[in-house]
Amino acid sequence: MTQKPSRREFLASGIAAGAVITSASAAKAETPDPLITETQTWAQSFGDGVDATPYGMPIRFEDDVIRRNVEWLTADTISSINFTPIHALDGTITPQGCAFERHHSGAIELKKEDYRLMINGMVDRPLVFTYADLERFPRENHTYFLECAANTGMEWAGAQLNGAQFTHGMIHNMEYTGVPLRTLLEEAGYDTAGIWVYVEGADASSNGRSIPMEKALDDVLVAFKANGEALRKEHGYPVRLIVPGWEGNMWVKWIRRIEVMDAPVESREETSKYTDTLENGISRKWTWAMDAKSVVTSPSPQAPISHGTGPLVISGLAWSGRGAIVRVDVSKNGGKTWETARLAKPGEKMALTRFYLDTIWDGEEMLLQSRAMDETGYVQPTKAQLREVRGENSVYHNNCIQTWWVRPNGEAENVEVS
Amino acid sequence: MSKFLKSISIGAVATLLAVPATAQTFGLGRAALPEEISAWNLDVHPDGSGLPEGQGDAIDGEEIFAVQCAACHGDFAEGIGNWPKLAGGMDTLDREDPLKTVGSYWPYLSTTFDYIRRSMPYGNAGTLSADETYAIVAYILYSNDLVEDDFVLSKDTFLDVEMPNADGFILDDRLETEFTKWVGEPCMTGCKDTVEVTMRALVLDVTPEETAADAAVVEAASQQEAAITAEPAAVAAQEEAVPEPVGASVDPALIAEGMKVFRKCKSCHQVGDGAKNRSGPILNGLIGAPAGHIDGFKYSKPLMAKSEEGLVWNAETLAGFLAAPKAYIKGTKMGFAGLKDPADIEAVIAYLTTFSDP
Repeated sequence: MTQKPSRREFLASGIAAGAVITSASAAKAETPDPLITETQTWAQSFGDGVDATPYGMPIRFEDDVIRRNVEWLTADTISSINFTPIHALDGTITPQGCAFERHHSGAIELKKEDYRLMINGMVDRPLVFTYADLERFPRENHTYFLECAANTGMEWAGAQLNGAQFTHGMIHNMEYTGVPLRTLLEEAGYDTAGIWVYVEGADASSNGRSIPMEKALDDVLVAFKANGEALRKEHGYPVRLIVPGWEGNMWVKWIRRIEVMDAPVESREETSKYTDTLENGISRKWTWAMDAKSVVTSPSPQAPISHGTGPLVISGLAWSGRGAIVRVDVSKNGGKTWETARLAKPGEKMALTRFYLDTIWDGEEMLLQSRAMDETGYVQPTKAQLREVRGENSVYHNNCIQTWWVRPNGEAENVEVS
Repeated sequence: MSKFLKSISIGAVATLLAVPATAQTFGLGRAALPEEISAWNLDVHPDGSGLPEGQGDAIDGEEIFAVQCAACHGDFAEGIGNWPKLAGGMDTLDREDPLKTVGSYWPYLSTTFDYIRRSMPYGNAGTLSADETYAIVAYILYSNDLVEDDFVLSKDTFLDVEMPNADGFILDDRLETEFTKWVGEPCMTGCKDTVEVTMRALVLDVTPEETAADAAVVEAASQQEAAITAEPAAVAAQEEAVPEPVGASVDPALIAEGMKVFRKCKSCHQVGDGAKNRSGPILNGLIGAPAGHIDGFKYSKPLMAKSEEGLVWNAETLAGFLAAPKAYIKGTKMGFAGLKDPADIEAVIAYLTTFSDP
């Protein structure tokens, strides 16, 4: 894999790109390629020994594939968010090292030995577990996406940020290992009159959320591994909550307490934040599930077409918090006509699905869109449809169809279309 | 077939209604002690349950707010820069860009108390007493014109306060208002006659430049190298250890005292190796430096004007500033009310001296 040019480098080399376009179909070398005809250093001498990198990072040629921050969004990086470089990834699993972070009081260091998890409230036996205790319960493996409710939130009023990383990068998808919350609630003997659980973190923000008992007993996990390894510090090491399909704020990191109760706490995060104000000033609360959504990750503003006309792989991600993705359509003309894309694998419940549209690009400009459908029959709406119901004052839960304007030189831009 | 379905549905019902007493248990964990539960269970509910003993009014609250909260939230809870505004915004929820504050938006007063007690002040969470928390909440209510300044907030008066937006919420209704519209086989051809580009991100131009991120990579890489060579214990020790005095004349006890006083400053200012500008500038090398000497921090214009007039930070000038920041430099961005006790000022200056070259 070669390093992709940055947008500016790409634009600067516009003339060269033009040359590529005209010669793309006539793939014929005029002079022998020295990379083939001359012996290269890597083919002659040694690479690194096995002790060079006890725990590896991506090769330096990939050092532009990183989480990025949008400084003007928040007052301080300690209580802020960054973005997954989804434009540069493929497949569905997000490596932990570039999976977006959202903290309310910074990523704390909490070692396993100091970790305690309390279950209290309406239970027969209020309990305290150590990390070692958690590892002795039967555990499960599940792959789920986590999407921040604010993903694409900056785009409500119009096209703002120029890159899939920034418009749709508050998402990641990992394989988690953990204990079902149900198992821990049963261990403590929960009272069936307790119809809510309140969960809170060990960091200074606490970030407490109330979750209906029905969900807690269904598929919520108390997880300690992601993608096979320990959770990274920024993802809640040593233990975090997994709330499949529901907004990321509920996936409490560094989880320290689970309280069974008969009413929600109505904490800051579930009243003043993560509520959705409609045009009439009335706000929706308890909007937990993430609706079906998709985005083309390539080509996109940070991943322009650099190869000219001919075969082109259009690729993207789709997901739904209400079940599995069953179909994704792609439009090249801003929604006039649609073609059904190929799913790399059948969609899995509450996990990212990769789609491809293998096509031939004629070099004409495109208004690229994707449209996800999930197993409930729900079809991802346009921004106009969302605004018609919700107005423009919402921040969270913007799952609208995204448009990239791809120009004849291969450059792409975030735009809004009629 | 029907028998099979029936057994599934009975199984599903049985699963949902599983009586915990009959569920498998593993005998793991230990009993949580009452003291442990009360240490962590700080929940305050909309009906006021969970509120501690204590009280406070807005008059007390104003003073505490100025010291503990105003650096980010402003003297009048109006918010500084991107930090949350806590007051104002009444009747803006149905307008463009609604202003959501405790007064205009928060439906329950309990949320304010609960959140402040657990998570504030930012960078020093969980340090407020019950009385201080009541007083701060009373001051925020007063700033929103919801109580008089002598209204004493306690568990007995808590429910007397009416929150203006208490009835401003509905439960998630997407299944009724949206799902019915957006289901079924979507249009595949001839869906629109024309398509126009109506807005462009490049015109707005608010996307971060990639150069900034490249710098972050370089920084991250160098930090990584540092982390490999540094002893982890040394990094941890740095946090609490009293630094070596630079001048022999400085009393180590005074420096230790100053480190304690500096906790009031820590949510905005950092010192030592790896210090970064936060809402306030790094304070390394402060003593003997001209005002506004940290590159990359955006100081207030009045402070920079003082700097041009020749203001240099020394024990005398800093003491004057710390006693009454807003009087010393009118228009300073520093929202801190000042240190009342001259002994605290002397101590914190001694502490800061240890981060300055001799």
